[in-house]
Amino acid sequence: MFEKTLAELAQGLNSGEFSSVELTQAYLQRIKEQDSHYNSYISVTEEQAVAQAEAADARRAKGEAGPFTGLPIAHKDLFCTEGVRTSCGSKMLDNFISPYNATVVEKFNQAGAVTLGKTNMDEFAMGSSNESSFYGPSRNPWDTDRVPGGSSGGSAAAVAARLAPAATGTDTGGSIRQPAALTGITGIKPTYGRVSRFGMVAFASSLDQGGPMTRTAEDAAMMLNVMTGFDPKDSTSLDQAVPDFTADLNQPLKGLKIGLPKEYFGEGIDAGIAEQIQAAIKEYEAMGAEIKDISLPNTHLAIPAYYIVAPAEASSNLSRFDGVRYGYRCENPVDLEDLYKRSRGEGFGPEVQRRIMVGTYALSEGFYDAYYKKALQIRRLIKQDFANALAEVDVIMGPTTPHPSWKLGEKSADPVAMYMEDIFTISLNLAGLPGMSVPCGFSNGLPVGLQIIGNYLAESRLLNVAHMFQQATDWHTKAPEGLA
Amino acid sequence: MEWEAVIGLEIHAQLATKSKIFSGASTAFGAEPNTQACAIDLALPGTLPVFNAEALRMATMFGLAIDAEIGRTSVFDRKNYFYPDLPKGYQTSQLFHPIVGIGHVDIQLDDGTTKRVGVTRAHLEEDAGKSLHEEFPDMTGIDLNRAGTPLLEIVSEPDMRSAAEAVAYVRKIHALVTNLGICDGNMAEGSFRCDCNVSVRIKGEEKFGNRTETKNINSFRFIEKAILGEIERQIDILEDGGRITQETRLYDANKDETRSMRSKEEANDYRYFPCPDLLPIVIDEEYIEQLRATLPELPDARRERFVSEYSLSDYDAMVLSADRYLSEYFETAATAAKDAKLAANWVMGEVSKHLNQTDTAITGAPVSAEMLGGLLQRISDNTISGKIAKQVFEAMWAGEGDADQVIEAKGLKQVTDTGAIEAMVDEVIAANQPQVDQYVNAEPEKRGKMIGFFMGKVMQASQGKANPGQVQGLLKQKLEQLV
Amino acid sequence: MALDRSDVEKIAHLARLQISEQDIPEYTTTLSSILDLVNQMQAVDTADVAPMSHPLDAVQRLRTDEVSEPNKRDHLQTVAPAVENGLFQVPKVIE
Repeated sequence: MFEKTLAELAQGLNSGEFSSVELTQAYLQRIKEQDSHYNSYISVTEEQAVAQAEAADARRAKGEAGPFTGLPIAHKDLFCTEGVRTSCGSKMLDNFISPYNATVVEKFNQAGAVTLGKTNMDEFAMGSSNESSFYGPSRNPWDTDRVPGGSSGGSAAAVAARLAPAATGTDTGGSIRQPAALTGITGIKPTYGRVSRFGMVAFASSLDQGGPMTRTAEDAAMMLNVMTGFDPKDSTSLDQAVPDFTADLNQPLKGLKIGLPKEYFGEGIDAGIAEQIQAAIKEYEAMGAEIKDISLPNTHLAIPAYYIVAPAEASSNLSRFDGVRYGYRCENPVDLEDLYKRSRGEGFGPEVQRRIMVGTYALSEGFYDAYYKKALQIRRLIKQDFANALAEVDVIMGPTTPHPSWKLGEKSADPVAMYMEDIFTISLNLAGLPGMSVPCGFSNGLPVGLQIIGNYLAESRLLNVAHMFQQATDWHTKAPEGLA
Repeated sequence: MEWEAVIGLEIHAQLATKSKIFSGASTAFGAEPNTQACAIDLALPGTLPVFNAEALRMATMFGLAIDAEIGRTSVFDRKNYFYPDLPKGYQTSQLFHPIVGIGHVDIQLDDGTTKRVGVTRAHLEEDAGKSLHEEFPDMTGIDLNRAGTPLLEIVSEPDMRSAAEAVAYVRKIHALVTNLGICDGNMAEGSFRCDCNVSVRIKGEEKFGNRTETKNINSFRFIEKAILGEIERQIDILEDGGRITQETRLYDANKDETRSMRSKEEANDYRYFPCPDLLPIVIDEEYIEQLRATLPELPDARRERFVSEYSLSDYDAMVLSADRYLSEYFETAATAAKDAKLAANWVMGEVSKHLNQTDTAITGAPVSAEMLGGLLQRISDNTISGKIAKQVFEAMWAGEGDADQVIEAKGLKQVTDTGAIEAMVDEVIAANQPQVDQYVNAEPEKRGKMIGFFMGKVMQASQGKANPGQVQGLLKQKLEQLV
Repeated sequence: MALDRSDVEKIAHLARLQISEQDIPEYTTTLSSILDLVNQMQAVDTADVAPMSHPLDAVQRLRTDEVSEPNKRDHLQTVAPAVENGLFQVPKVIE
């Protein structure tokens, strides 16, 4: 049962092979037995899950089941869930029982999905390893001494360890794609604005985007069918028709033009990763795709620009955590300033404080033009790079990350080294483009992700390109050894 | 040495929308604390703003009314600072691209001249909540009902040179926003607030002196007093060889003085940047022209019309045209009374007096404009005298009915029956022989004044109901006969 | 670009973060290295490039002016650390 994809589980529910309650209880039991190895969940919502499963079974009995009814998933712990702790991996929100649901959560609830729990994450989604979580790091099921990536590391670990068939994640600079790559699963960051940000606790508003983390492209399409769509509560939500993302999965790829940016294949990339990506490209060639060398000349500026834009927005977004209306409040504040400084100083971990300070500095008087404005100009250059490239090719491919998963603690002392792990993912967030990571092999036994980048609103195309690869290869079916 | 004040004003007008600028919570005044603060207003994690169309319409209307450039693309910025009544830790405002650009208003000065005052800009922003310091002994209470109420901040050029000019400007802006129906103008409830930037310099100098900003002024009278006091304070300091500290001051109406706000002394670094949760507001020609077509008559145009249409004096026209509701009241009463001058006198006299005494807005006056018109008709057709009319008005104000009902009920109808009046005149002459003798022996040119005594007696005898013209005529006739 | 201790203290105050004395050196070092990283931007001439705050070329949508949020005070204040008489409480503010 735990090897089944969402699509296969949906079939099982439809055929009556098992009920949603049986399925849900099996997963809850497995989480109970296994998650101590991975620490992928912050909260397991057993009672609600069973109640939702019962409701789903009743709905099915009445013949009112939709494609997602009864399917269990997990939510990254920054999607607000009414009546359930929504911690963002932070001490600041350890006591925060959200009084409302995020639009994404509401959509899954309405589709009849079952929420197994809330997954671990880097604090406020700031990190690439899950090590900044207040609840301790989640661990990579392929090697529990190693990180699952971040910030959606708990979602990635849960899906890879078969503790959830699928999970939601969010991606501000690679936080869906990078952990998907590091744990050997499939993840897609849709076009900015496709998925409502309402109720998704903000890290960097102009970069954040929710998306699915699944075992297959087909499952990702099923998730997107539920998650996406215009939301009047989010001013940046796209008022665009939502296609059936599963409709075009099997389109043949003959004539597909794939661009390979030379900047994604340079020095500093793990040899095993380079090898696997080349092999994947060969696979596409075999399917009739045409390969073209392209250039994204401003790639090296993406990380510098991102580490101004994201911290600047974050420094302002996180000002609301002040110990007044919700969240952590320090003991016995002597005055207002003490209330603010200790609540925030004690409630936020070091990486969050570091980024708040970088952002505060970049926006402060006298530095705005040199940092913030400059970063926004670079951002346009990066967007233009992609526009030029995507005028010539259908999709762009390369490695999702320069290295496979690393040991816990290995990069903790040097934040800049950690930041560099997002070098290939970050530029898409700056441009707002959709991107995907699919498993394409192993380097020294650790999963490797192939990144596929498409034009705005081209999610169906990306899913099609990924699905056809998964029809031709079996990398996505590999499970870590030692899984029970 | 002759000093000159330089004054610029920042006016915050709460826009009269039903819901908040970025959320669907109500903006109604006076609700229980925090009952009109929704998840968005409380800045719950994950909540997002969506901009209220009505706030945009109202701001644009103001821009059109002051002949300003309308920002075709305006952008919301975040002004970052920590304060407990500011839930997000930033105020959403417009710094770099405001909705309303450079415009102007003309103010009428006491000497009859008109002065043009520049409006630098007007931008949209959200109001903060309220900090209640008196509620608890050791704590401050935070009520966020007001948080997120739309504000239009109207920034003037430093064009005013006296407290009187500043007040005239504030009155003009107040008249504009209330006439446009975009602000209720209620200063006591804080719907219309004013911060005054004041500096002084030696007359003839070009350079501005150091200025202070005085906040928290909530009436026209206090604006005048606060500015006068601040000018005097600054001149005193400068004449003693001191320097003016650039600072924020608070006006204390009880002591009629301004004092330094120590808590705001620390220089702020607001770290403005474009709000990434909101997109640029783009408006086109069509939208602007549609709104222009809906602009109501504004006070300046109305003032001129009152002079030409009703032959009012400049002063009366100015007073009656400023407030939209007062001018509507006046016009309705004038039409009903068929006598504009009489209506003007009554609206500016009895009506205003009663409104002030009972602290009532014109829209809440218990005597409607139609009822006043009915009363004035009874003066015109000699049913009652002007003096009796005041008595009738009192009764109408107290809710005793319309003019005819009160006149009837109280038997106040004027006596015009010549026989009846003549009888009263005769009685008064007979009962006051010494005064009659004085009259008879007086120089003829002094007799006119002496008639007043007999008038008073007759009117008293008639309980004010005798027609004064008839009384006067008869008295004169009868007394002259005795000479 | 190297920050010094006083820069870090100033930034931490602006951001209302209490930072312990012993953590200041580490923050000074890591923040300086992040600034070194971002300063790579300075080598690029962007004089003619318009800043881009949003990834998409979209404009603000408008909400109809309707009261759609009912009073949920009690529900929303269940997560508040200190509430009395419906008011959020903070240490006395002196103005």
